Amino acid sequence: MSQTYYLLRHREVPEIGQIAVYRAHGGYEALRKALSQYQPEELVDLVKRSGLRGRGGAGFPTGVKWGFLPKDGRPRYLVVNSDEAEPGTFKDRELIEHNPHQLIEGMIISSYAIRANEAYIYCRGEFLKGYEELSRAVQEAYQAGFLGENILDSGFSLDIFVYRGAGAYICGEESALLESLEGRRGNPRLKPPFPAVAGLYGMPTIVNNVETIANVPPIVTYGAEWYTSMGTEKSPGLKIMSVSGPVNRPGNYEIPLATPLRQLIEDYAGGLKEGRRLKCIIPGGSSVPLLTPDKLDTPLDYESILQAGSMLGSGGCIVLDESVCIVKASHRLVKFYREESCGKCTPCREGTYWMADVLERLEMGLGTQDDLAILTDVADNINGKCFCPLGDASIGFLVSAINHFRDEFEAHVREGRCPLGAKVYDTANY
Amino acid sequence: MKPEWKEWAQEAKKQFPRANSALLPLLHRIQRAEGWLSPETLTEVAELLDLSPQYVDSVASFYSLFFKQPVGKRVIHVCVGLSCMLAGSDELMHALEERLKISQGQTTPDGEYTLLEAECLAACDLAPVAQVNLRYRGPIPPEEADRLLTEEVSS
Ligand SMILES: Cc1cc2nc3c(=O)[nH]c(=O)nc-3n(C[C@H](O)[C@H](O)[C@H](O)COP(=O)(O)O)c2cc1C
Ligand code: SF4
Ligand code: FES
Repeated sequence: MSQTYYLLRHREVPEIGQIAVYRAHGGYEALRKALSQYQPEELVDLVKRSGLRGRGGAGFPTGVKWGFLPKDGRPRYLVVNSDEAEPGTFKDRELIEHNPHQLIEGMIISSYAIRANEAYIYCRGEFLKGYEELSRAVQEAYQAGFLGENILDSGFSLDIFVYRGAGAYICGEESALLESLEGRRGNPRLKPPFPAVAGLYGMPTIVNNVETIANVPPIVTYGAEWYTSMGTEKSPGLKIMSVSGPVNRPGNYEIPLATPLRQLIEDYAGGLKEGRRLKCIIPGGSSVPLLTPDKLDTPLDYESILQAGSMLGSGGCIVLDESVCIVKASHRLVKFYREESCGKCTPCREGTYWMADVLERLEMGLGTQDDLAILTDVADNINGKCFCPLGDASIGFLVSAINHFRDEFEAHVREGRCPLGAKVYDTANY
Repeated sequence: MKPEWKEWAQEAKKQFPRANSALLPLLHRIQRAEGWLSPETLTEVAELLDLSPQYVDSVASFYSLFFKQPVGKRVIHVCVGLSCMLAGSDELMHALEERLKISQGQTTPDGEYTLLEAECLAACDLAPVAQVNLRYRGPIPPEEADRLLTEEVSS
């Protein structure tokens, strides 16, 4: 499919990760424009008018968030969240590995807009290549005079620091990320205060996702109206959707928001592999409820997906076909949260453990009649009772799976085995 | 303590505006050279950064990529996330276990390979995917598991 890319630009311009190539294709012109034609507040206003919403999961309006910074003269920081570890999501990796200068340009413009002189990128520890690419690209930007003192004679100065985590999903949660950046264990902080008021080293801090910030240069170049001409009034602009599972072309797709889910799966991702039939779709990363095939015509925007019973989240779209056992899929996701629970609060630490345990025995055919009630009860005791959103995230898929596929759960108990013949992974079972 | 660690500690402190941020970078650098972080190493890192050994130990143990036991020359992380599971990651893991005669979480007696589970590696388009010394390899169908043991990896 031919299309013009604004984020995944390396698809059209192969070596765009090199600064010379990036500049030859208009790179850093948005920065020049921002520094010469806009006051910082005007840029905040531009981003507000564009309607850009955070692409890290929650979809909070970016310009509005920037506006929360207290005007009290304390130093401010921009922190870019490149911890990307929500199962099913792999867009930020592609952006930092292949189009790092667009992120860096976006960071410089955003830092100018919020009057920050220090900006950080927090990469998950597994992104060794991404970390190396970003470090290299940041050096290139310094050499070209886009970073450091008095950038392009504007009087504005900025340093960018690239930091590598060391393996912990919870460090994607913004306050845990800040703890980790300060050299501590990645336990979330109590909110409020929110990072905009007391963030990195206690200073006002804006945390934004990689994709969010990568949208800023094209918004400066083409204008807020260009951005709002795509998508819906409340969900304008572009989104990268990561599609995985048994489809013909798994990968990242840059789409205007409100593109129907069906088009993403059938046209962009090439439909399900031959002989596979759709069972359900997780549209926004592992933390969101599933959608059944009758919801395929839902437009992919924040409001429509919510109305359909799920969330757009991070845009990690996992396709499950009918050969997949729903209990096994639930077990795998709950086990993920069990592994990644930071252990700070009881409902999440203990609840994810018990849910994984019960799901495992169901899948092995050792479940009892009470197990579904136990699962629902534990989930209920997690819901809304955890210190950070990871707890709630651990039950999103499971609760929807029980609601939509109760028969399949019950069949595991009734038949004393997995009706689909799936195995629980451990050496003894193979 | 290796003589160069002092210098690395200074560099890590200078790399970021606040010295607190030096701990993870220094641990990464030392682990890259040593393979893992022994209790002695952690105590020495604490000394280098003016932190308590307990603090450094507690931070290091929070993160799954800091190894507190010796690992093999090749650390193989097999992603067992949902998308990889759909593409056969469990079978891939099993094939490696058979081949190496160890279970996931273990290191071969000759010190060549360590086999570990990874959660979603943010590369589900390459499912089933693995990392060898943090370099992506994928897709690796279970029947091609050997590639993870033999193919060159950049350092
Ligand atoms: C458990 C958990 C994990 C998260 N992981 C990520 C992540 O990997 N990347 C990300 O950008 N946001 C992640 N978030 C959301 C961040 O807390 C934060 O809202 C986001 O980085 C803000 O950026 P945005 O407004 O640009 O979306 C996570 C949140 C939670 C609760
Ligand atoms: S909800 Fe889970 S991850 Fe969040 S603070 Fe509690 S234990 Fe930690
Ligand atoms: S599930 Fe394996 S990379 Fe995402």
